[in-house]
Amino acid sequence: MARLSERVGTAYRGGQGQWSWALHRITGIMVILFLYAHILDTSLVAFGPEFYNRVVGVYHHPIIRLMEIGLAAAVLFHALNGIRIIIIDFWPRATQWHRQMFGVVVGLYVMLIVPAVYFMGRGLVEEMQQRGWF
Amino acid sequence: MAVATRPPTRPGARERASSSWELWTWFFMRISGIVLLFLVLGHFTIVHLLGEGIDRVNFAFVAGRWASPFWQTWDWTMLFLGLLHGTNGLKTIVEEYVQRPSVRVALKSMLYVSTLVFLLLGTLVILTFDPDQA
Repeated sequence: MARLSERVGTAYRGGQGQWSWALHRITGIMVILFLYAHILDTSLVAFGPEFYNRVVGVYHHPIIRLMEIGLAAAVLFHALNGIRIIIIDFWPRATQWHRQMFGVVVGLYVMLIVPAVYFMGRGLVEEMQQRGWF
Repeated sequence: MAVATRPPTRPGARERASSSWELWTWFFMRISGIVLLFLVLGHFTIVHLLGEGIDRVNFAFVAGRWASPFWQTWDWTMLFLGLLHGTNGLKTIVEEYVQRPSVRVALKSMLYVSTLVFLLLGTLVILTFDPDQA
């Protein structure tokens, strides 16, 4: 069967190049949407300790904890893949090894995200236990 | 397998940027990306991973951090560069996917206005923060 790109004539060619590009966009959008929300919630410090503490009380909720892990996953990918993009931009010959470079991005990503998920996951599990979810 | 394709970044591509403003924003994305990498990953490690993570975030925690001009500057730089980096990323996405000029102008105007509002709000909150308010 012909590749999708041959059948429908799209410019997307698959492989590490396309997927790193798509993930960079998706994680970028996730991070900027989070930033908007984070500016709004932090600006509530202006209303004083009682109000702010009540608001950030929701940070304990397991759903927020899951979103925290998702944010870390998105930010870290965007950061590491961003370095790969910068290296290729300033040193175009690196395109020869772009597959290997993406491999390095994935390797570093796994090495860093596993301990981060462990630390945040502990808090998540505790919150879920306190709520009697399991 | 993928056929041999021209790498998206070629030697000399920079000289063919459509305008000096576009070239400048391209450069800004790389520089702000590198700075944000340190600021954001540092912030995330300190606030989310060390100690009790976001369990310890409350008014007193924010007051403790913003008592120091160092963290005020750190957070404001993150706000400023993060918003501009994200805005330029979203602008690129709008220009690539939105073809109708009227929709494009509307979306980009909304984007720029919200960036300005978020930047003013964040700056104001950091500058006017009063740790002693009841």
